[in-house]
Amino acid sequence: MEALIALAIGTLTGCGVYLVLRARSFPVVLGLTLLSYAVNLFLLASGRLVIGQPPVIGMAASHADALPQALVLTAIVIGFAMTAFVIMLSLRARAELGNDHVDGKDEGGAPR
Amino acid sequence: MSLALAVLTPFICAPLVAWISRYGRALAAWSASGVAALAGLWLAPLLLSAFEGMTTIQCLSWIPSVGVNLAFRLDGLGLLFAFLILGIGLLVILYAHYYLAAQDSLGRLYAYLLLFMGSMLGLVLSENLIQLLVFWELTSLSSFLLIGYWRKRASARRGARMALAITGAGGLALLAGFVLLGEMAGSYELTVVLASGDTVRAHPLYLPMLLLILLGAFTKSAQFPFHFWLPHAMAAPTPVSAYLHSATMVKAGVFLLARLFPVLSGTPEWTLWVGGIGVVTLIVGAVIALFKHDLKGLLAYSTISHLGLITALFGIGTPLAAVAGVFHIINHAIFKAGLFMAAGIIDHECGTRDMRRINGLWKVMPYTATLAMVAAAAMAGVPLANGFLSKEMFFAEAVTAGGQMRLGWLLPVAVTVAGIFAVAYSLRFIHDVFFNGEPVDLPRTPHAPPRWMRVPIEILVALCLLVGIFPAQTVEPILALAATAVLQGPLPPHDLAIWHGVSPALWMSVIALAGGALLYLGRKFLFRLHDRFEGRLDARALYERLLEGGLLKFSRYFIATLDTGSLQRQVLIFNLAVLVLGAVGMLGAPAALTGSRTLLPVDGVSLLAALALTAATLGATVLHQRRLTALIVIGAVGLLVALAFVKFSAPDLALTQLAVEVVTIVLLLLALYFLPNATPAESSPSRRWRDGGIALLAGGGAALLSWAVLTRPADSIASWFLDNSVSGGGGSNVVNVILVDFRGFDTFGEITVLAIAALGIYALLENLRLPGPVSDNAGRPWDADSHPIIMATFARLLLPLALLVSAFIFLRGHNLPGGGFIAGLVTAIALIMQYLANGVTWTHARLPARTHPWIAAGLIVALLTGLASWLFGRPFLTSAFGHFELPLIGGFELASAMTFDLGVYFVVVGATLLILINLGLAHHASHDVQGEEAR
Repeated sequence: MEALIALAIGTLTGCGVYLVLRARSFPVVLGLTLLSYAVNLFLLASGRLVIGQPPVIGMAASHADALPQALVLTAIVIGFAMTAFVIMLSLRARAELGNDHVDGKDEGGAPR
Repeated sequence: MSLALAVLTPFICAPLVAWISRYGRALAAWSASGVAALAGLWLAPLLLSAFEGMTTIQCLSWIPSVGVNLAFRLDGLGLLFAFLILGIGLLVILYAHYYLAAQDSLGRLYAYLLLFMGSMLGLVLSENLIQLLVFWELTSLSSFLLIGYWRKRASARRGARMALAITGAGGLALLAGFVLLGEMAGSYELTVVLASGDTVRAHPLYLPMLLLILLGAFTKSAQFPFHFWLPHAMAAPTPVSAYLHSATMVKAGVFLLARLFPVLSGTPEWTLWVGGIGVVTLIVGAVIALFKHDLKGLLAYSTISHLGLITALFGIGTPLAAVAGVFHIINHAIFKAGLFMAAGIIDHECGTRDMRRINGLWKVMPYTATLAMVAAAAMAGVPLANGFLSKEMFFAEAVTAGGQMRLGWLLPVAVTVAGIFAVAYSLRFIHDVFFNGEPVDLPRTPHAPPRWMRVPIEILVALCLLVGIFPAQTVEPILALAATAVLQGPLPPHDLAIWHGVSPALWMSVIALAGGALLYLGRKFLFRLHDRFEGRLDARALYERLLEGGLLKFSRYFIATLDTGSLQRQVLIFNLAVLVLGAVGMLGAPAALTGSRTLLPVDGVSLLAALALTAATLGATVLHQRRLTALIVIGAVGLLVALAFVKFSAPDLALTQLAVEVVTIVLLLLALYFLPNATPAESSPSRRWRDGGIALLAGGGAALLSWAVLTRPADSIASWFLDNSVSGGGGSNVVNVILVDFRGFDTFGEITVLAIAALGIYALLENLRLPGPVSDNAGRPWDADSHPIIMATFARLLLPLALLVSAFIFLRGHNLPGGGFIAGLVTAIALIMQYLANGVTWTHARLPARTHPWIAAGLIVALLTGLASWLFGRPFLTSAFGHFELPLIGGFELASAMTFDLGVYFVVVGATLLILINLGLAHHASHDVQGEEAR
């Protein structure tokens, strides 16, 4: 099971890095989303994988590590705020510059 | 305590005065004067003991654990300066009320002035060296604001920057000097430092320490060769110049010389550097002043020259010279403030400060002219004015000191030459402006100034004469007090009288007066000579070459090399750096990759889900050029991640992820509407291979790292939270208890970040006008039938149900999976559903248009919950809980942390809606744009 999660985190990270290196703003935002999935999974995994033992007292005999979960919960919400901020930034850049290239220049010819 | 209050009062009241100034200029002037008077009142109870020669020291414990205190000291020197700062400050406040034009903000000027006043007071009343330095830097900063007051003028910005650069650099040197001095004396408290002069002077590092401290003092007091910032600071409004360059800012440097006089003086190095620089500055300033056509320029260089005089007096180093130095500090402050104010009146009435054009003003303003003449006589050192007394003491000291050294006759000669030039430029100030024919082409027709604009000058000029004629009755007590504090010992016998009999000093005065008059008569020839050499020797040019040419060029080059303005390149460098760091860590580790933990068995469903997750991720990457498709696939990835959370015992995370995924996809869909539908294939194959390689390495690294972490046994602090959740936090959902109770302060920070992000997005979207596409991908026009009736109806029916679910999730959050974050997201989704199904117009009319207040309310509720625990004497955000019974409903748990969670809930709802609705509105606006275009 651990290998599967490691594989998933690796794939998410790799694909996220590839997309973040693209030249247009939208793929970069998608890449950031993938990277935040990877980071959230990794943080959860740092509490080690536990099945069927949610950290709710009385629900199971022993419990998963609650601390990474609390960290990840706020990370998910703040990750959403950051994704939203970046996508708005790219909209603004498109409005100001006339294209969606991350460096503000349009290599592919005419804007739009 | 009262000393600290005196210093803090101007700081605290400055914003208040700026606010009051909205309600009228007179009110602003009254309140600003009130603040200055209040600061003086705090000092009043200590006056009696100060005049008895006692030193008051007040200590406020600040950070007791490291022994840092706020320590203030009031002795004669501090008292004298406090008098000057507050007294002249009051006059300047009155004067500025009439000087400043109606369109300039008086409140801003007063606020800056009060900030500066507080900094100066703190400087002269500090007992601790480091604290003194803090106030020293504050004077640099607040004078920057004052000099740059007319911020739209390039000259003001430049003057302010130059003053800040020079005095700021001096402040750094001073810090180094103070640290050396404090280490030598073994303490940073002035009481100890002042008593350890012998130890300090014998120390091997005495000379470097002295030079560093002098660098600070000389830059502040505009001593040669750092004098050039002062004339450029004349770009400030004249009240500011009158304040900064008579009694305060530039006097801070000589204050420091006076303050540390008992510790540092009495060595050949001190005499050489302080005396030498002082004499050079005295002469350079006096000579340049004569050739300045600008009224304030002349006064600026004369200030430099007089500061040189004071420095030279301290440099001579005898007790009597120090007394004369203190005396001249008082006299210069009085007559120079008056002269600057007179110059301000002339500038105000004529619209120019060029003395080649301002002539013959005697006919227009005889009264102001008389006042200016008395003040100028004091500057020149004419008998019966105060400047004469201290100048003659200076001449006498120069003769005595000159008699004790080799080539000593040069000193009296040099100071007499400076005296001649001082008389000449004072004559020029009076004769050029008030006589000398008719005015030439003035921008404004001069009139007599307003009555109250003259009052501050009248007071100052009266002081000039009073001190000049009756020195023993007026100035002697405070002078004796201040000089005793400077010397930290018995006062030398001195005689403040106009007539001392025929002495060398008297002859020097006579020569200066006669020579000055002659020099002024021959000015035409001198001006021609000066014009030929103009601009040859300019310290400012050197400064500009060094700072603008050297330092700024280097900074620009440095920044341009680091920041190429290309995000792609920056991200590449960042990723490569992470790879290198990761590789070094992984390859250098001695341990095996796989740890000893027993692994979980793989089941079929998990295998399938993991493969689906991997496949979807890869698919999204491969398909990323088709944006809509890639987005849908990313949504699938997010849902699979939520499933992983379910599997691995994190129900709260799964709920959050699910809700956030919905909001994110809706948001990205809305954004995609404004962006091109496809990404052009513009990366070259080699670049794609390169990025693919980096991605492979990064992904492989992350996978290996995860594997290494996952296979090792965990040693976590989680058991503490699990054990204390019910007993300490009153809830059985440990994740929620951590969020709202144990780590509530972190959560408070996080919802603040969320609120700031939402506001930032709101600002980004403001006035954003983007044209949307008029057709879909295949070129078909949008369907005009926008909102299907079945969906609209069901969405409306679902809303109460969804809100009920959200309330349920919120309420159970403390004990079962749920809580403020998740409930907030569910509510937001329920409301966004209405927008999607019913359209923006319909929904917007039925919901509050602005959700900013919700965010604010949430933050306030969370903050108040935290503060409430202070009422019970507990630390911030301590929670209380209890078990309650209600009829019908039964028993339930209530915790104060739930109120905090309610704050979280409101922030999440407000922020999410703010982001999505505003993007939706931009969306809506783009339809209108198209409609207009179509018509």
